[in-house]
Amino acid sequence: MAKIPVQFRLNGSDRAAFVDAPETLLNTLRRGLGDFAPKYGCGQGACGVCTVLIDGEPHLSCLTLSVACEGKRIETASGMADGPDLHPLQAQFMEHFAAQCGFCTPGMLTVARALLDRNPNPTRDEVIEAISGNICRCTGYEPIVAAILAAAGSPGMRRSEGGRHA
Amino acid sequence: MLDVRHCATLAEAAGIVSGDRQAVLLGGGTLVMRDVNEGRLTEGTLLRVTDPVFRRIEAGGGRIELGAGVTMGMILANRDLAFLHAAARAIGGPAVRNMASVGGNLFAASPYGDFTVALLALDAQVVVQAGFGSGRAVPLEEFLAARERSGPALVTAVQFSRPSNPGEFHFRKISRVRPKGISVLSIAAHLPQSGGRMAQVRVAYGAMAPTPIRARGVERALEGKSLDAGAIQMAKQAALEGCRPATDAIASEWYRREVLPVHLGRLLAGDGR
Amino acid sequence: MLEMRKDLFADERDDNLNVIGKGLQRQDMPGHVTGLTRYFDDHAFEGLLHLKVVRSPHASARIRSIDVAAAARAPGVRRVLRAADVPVNRNTLLSLIGFGKDDEPSLAVDKVHYKGEPVVAIIADSEAQALAAKKLVRIDYEPMPAVFDVEEALKPGAPVVNETYSANYFEYHERFDHQKLRFGDVERALASADMVLEHRYQMSPIEHAPTETNGSIAAPEQNGRFVVHSCAQGLFFALGTAAKIVALESNRLHFIGGTVGGGFGGKVDSLTEPLAVLGAMVTGKPVRFVLDREEEMLYGSPRGAERIYIKDGLMRDGRLIARHIRSYFDAGAYTRLSSYAAIKCTAHLPGPYWIPNVASDVHVAYTNRCPSTAMRGFGITAVDFALEVQMDRLAEAAQMDPMEFRLLNAYRDGDMKPHRRKASNTALIECVQVAAEKANWPISEQGKRQSSLTGGGVGERGQIPATVLDARGQIGRPETRNSGPTQTLPAGSSRIAPSKQPVMEGARDGRAAPAQVPRYEAARPAAAPLSPPPYQPAPSPYQPVTGQQPPPYQPPPAPPATAAPVQTQHGAVRFSSVFGRRR
Ligand SMILES: Cc1cc2nc3c(=O)[nH]c(=O)nc-3n(C[C@H](O)[C@H](O)[C@H](O)COP(=O)(O)OP(=O)(O)OC[C@H]3O[C@@H](n4cnc5c(N)ncnc54)[C@H](O)[C@@H]3O)c2cc1C
Ligand code: FES
Ligand code: FES
Repeated sequence: MAKIPVQFRLNGSDRAAFVDAPETLLNTLRRGLGDFAPKYGCGQGACGVCTVLIDGEPHLSCLTLSVACEGKRIETASGMADGPDLHPLQAQFMEHFAAQCGFCTPGMLTVARALLDRNPNPTRDEVIEAISGNICRCTGYEPIVAAILAAAGSPGMRRSEGGRHA
Repeated sequence: MLDVRHCATLAEAAGIVSGDRQAVLLGGGTLVMRDVNEGRLTEGTLLRVTDPVFRRIEAGGGRIELGAGVTMGMILANRDLAFLHAAARAIGGPAVRNMASVGGNLFAASPYGDFTVALLALDAQVVVQAGFGSGRAVPLEEFLAARERSGPALVTAVQFSRPSNPGEFHFRKISRVRPKGISVLSIAAHLPQSGGRMAQVRVAYGAMAPTPIRARGVERALEGKSLDAGAIQMAKQAALEGCRPATDAIASEWYRREVLPVHLGRLLAGDGR
Repeated sequence: MLEMRKDLFADERDDNLNVIGKGLQRQDMPGHVTGLTRYFDDHAFEGLLHLKVVRSPHASARIRSIDVAAAARAPGVRRVLRAADVPVNRNTLLSLIGFGKDDEPSLAVDKVHYKGEPVVAIIADSEAQALAAKKLVRIDYEPMPAVFDVEEALKPGAPVVNETYSANYFEYHERFDHQKLRFGDVERALASADMVLEHRYQMSPIEHAPTETNGSIAAPEQNGRFVVHSCAQGLFFALGTAAKIVALESNRLHFIGGTVGGGFGGKVDSLTEPLAVLGAMVTGKPVRFVLDREEEMLYGSPRGAERIYIKDGLMRDGRLIARHIRSYFDAGAYTRLSSYAAIKCTAHLPGPYWIPNVASDVHVAYTNRCPSTAMRGFGITAVDFALEVQMDRLAEAAQMDPMEFRLLNAYRDGDMKPHRRKASNTALIECVQVAAEKANWPISEQGKRQSSLTGGGVGERGQIPATVLDARGQIGRPETRNSGPTQTLPAGSSRIAPSKQPVMEGARDGRAAPAQVPRYEAARPAAAPLSPPPYQPAPSPYQPVTGQQPPPYQPPPAPPATAAPVQTQHGAVRFSSVFGRRR
């Protein structure tokens, strides 16, 4: 079957791909465009490791059709650092030992980023709610919550592109 | 192979749904795309509706209309719909809520369908443009009863009246994992009071039958009463009327039956969980 | 959060530690937070193909026929693999260290033994095409009886699960049906105990549920080699297993891994590597084989189920004088690592307590369930749960505080373990003391003064007791694996005449017991036996405060010096359970 062209912004750059009609955004990002930060964990919406921002809001790329992303702003964990400077969330994840195997980390960072874009000083309960769609099998979540709370209110927080335009 | 079609108008989508038995409407895709990923859905056409009407919220007045493509996230962002926020927040995590649609929730198999439970207690009507009941507004209860039997459909919107006092509308989802988990059961109750007595009570359950159901026994027990300990006791005694809960990975039938009256009692008494 | 307790075992530790106790950044952390860490699936390949397997819908069935013609013609399909395409289609993981018989095919041959067993593999251009082609494979099954319960599986007449082990138990050293531990005289001690408590414990299988599912990518490299990106927890184990199954010299496989998206033991089985490599060999293309989430949860091997019976003899003053354990590991349909789990379990018994009389029989049973494997302390976790619940029940029966009860019975340095080794570096007493302190759980002043360093190994506590041979001669036997039946027999025993029918615990009516097992039986005492003296437990170094005043302990009259009717084995026989050699 003929491939379909799709164009969108990925982490601030214009990108294009040819995709199969029912192809998921996760597949296009990973296999088509070589951005391996979003992961496959379930393909069911249950684990959150594939989470990306679409126009600043978290979405599950494993359940999103690529052809539905035409013209959208898509952001992944690969685009969080500003050159060599880590995003405060990344720095605090390191500081708080918020990753063990690291497989959930890109998704966790992505939902945390969406939260802080909207709500720079969340409560603990709001943090827990924000990561409630993401499974971590290693850490027990506590270090992740601590890292997000520590990053909240950091100066120099770079908002997501989608978040800035929303 | 699976194809995708984009429909700029609802009429176009309705035409395809009526003519093509292999057409599958795509709401947010949180359920459909799993079937694609796991190879259960390998043939046919996925229909994507891009008509803005499909995602329109009209909530300014007393009569509310939600386009079937409206997501839980959109409801949470709308202040006029504050009384529905508890129900919308009950669906998955933030990413699922940004995708999960009101229309898709009407079709979600038990124990899913929590938002539909809230709509049932609001006496909502379903607007269908193709398939069962097309061309009219179908009472949600009737729609759910026919859901499994009727073939492909296009739901365009749901309509209901705003509760005159939002404090009289209650929603509770009981799950084992905090803050998010699939329903053991959910309960929605609209308990309008006039002159200290309840009138036109509507109570609905999720995960207590193959589709969300109304709790007619409870409604009868409460109708015309004031909401006191006696009435709550009567409601708890009638709580299980019409229930046919399933045993699934989340809870056993026995467990659901045991805990439903307890949670109903707490909801009516305004107690915490 | 991290606390160094320098007051405990102070003189056993060098205090010039420059890593332990200090925060140190992990070297892989920058990769994790930037999304740069490369897991097995995070590698781009031109022309990547995707492999999916068709799995058995039956727990037990004969395969009448397989028709892959339509699937082979489906769009995008490059190759369909069947059992006959697998060069060495029978393997067991621990065969790499020479332990156990090959019992598991990569693709089922003529029978399936569990629901989810791979039967056919499809390699296609896209995952979607492989999934669509799967639906076109026609397999005609004849369902057969299945068994799902460990004890049912060991009964006579139970359906045969795994033809390699047709009696449904793993055979240690090709002859023994279980792992055995004998120390002292449990029966006699139980008979003289003030109380005997027996309970049954059971644990369900547990799935590791790693966020990254099992998978691998294999691709042709230059020089006729294949590169394999793998999630294996034991990379070289996976390499050896794949090399054996695809019949390649191991130096033609180049395994890259070590970065695992959560393993917890569930990534040691080489579930995907052999077929991925075979796929790359037959197509000449990179082949990716990844389990989807449903496959991971249902058919990625779990921690096996276990059933455990514990019978304890307890004195009124709280001393535990006997422990008997009978336990069953549910291996599922194939061995994988369950054979090893039973060994670990036996090595762990009777828990961290000094008990002068211990007996255990740990069995590995095959059932028509998903094969089970390693998971975080497997072999030990379930039995520890059972033992600690049992300890709480015993404490209640003795009307003692559960913490004090553990202090009373804990191993101390120098105590003789049933495995005939002295306990060293014991620390249960200190753990209980610190846990009680942290939980504000009151323990007695006397309890607080106890130490693992003192009181252990004193008198009976340091000795190997006379260990009886039971009527069937069942006891920790000397080496039998590599030598004939001419062995030095344990003191006081003699070998059964070859004409005698061997009796083996666990042998079941109607089934041949494994042959060639040397048997020992008690030498018949010349005179009629005196009635055995009651077992007299040794005094404990610790007299705890009990909830109620226990009746004063009346030491039984000293046994007559001549009484030795029970035949015993003395001395330590060191026996390596895996290799069957003395160490
Ligand atoms: C991790 C996770 C957690 C979840 N938690 C919950 C939960 O807590 N509570 C809950 O209720 N649900 C839950 N769900 C299920 C699901 O996300 C919701 O029920 C959601 O509302 C379904 O909507 P959708 O738009 O994504 O449906 P889709 O997947 O798009 O569609 C579902 C079905 O409805 C049909 N359909 C969709 N829209 C229409 C329409 N307008 N007209 C006709 N047919 C239509 C589709 O053809 C399909 O058969 C969860 C899902 C996931 C993955
Ligand atoms: S892979 Fe998308 S939610 Fe798990
Ligand atoms: S760090 Fe392993 S899943 Fe979260």
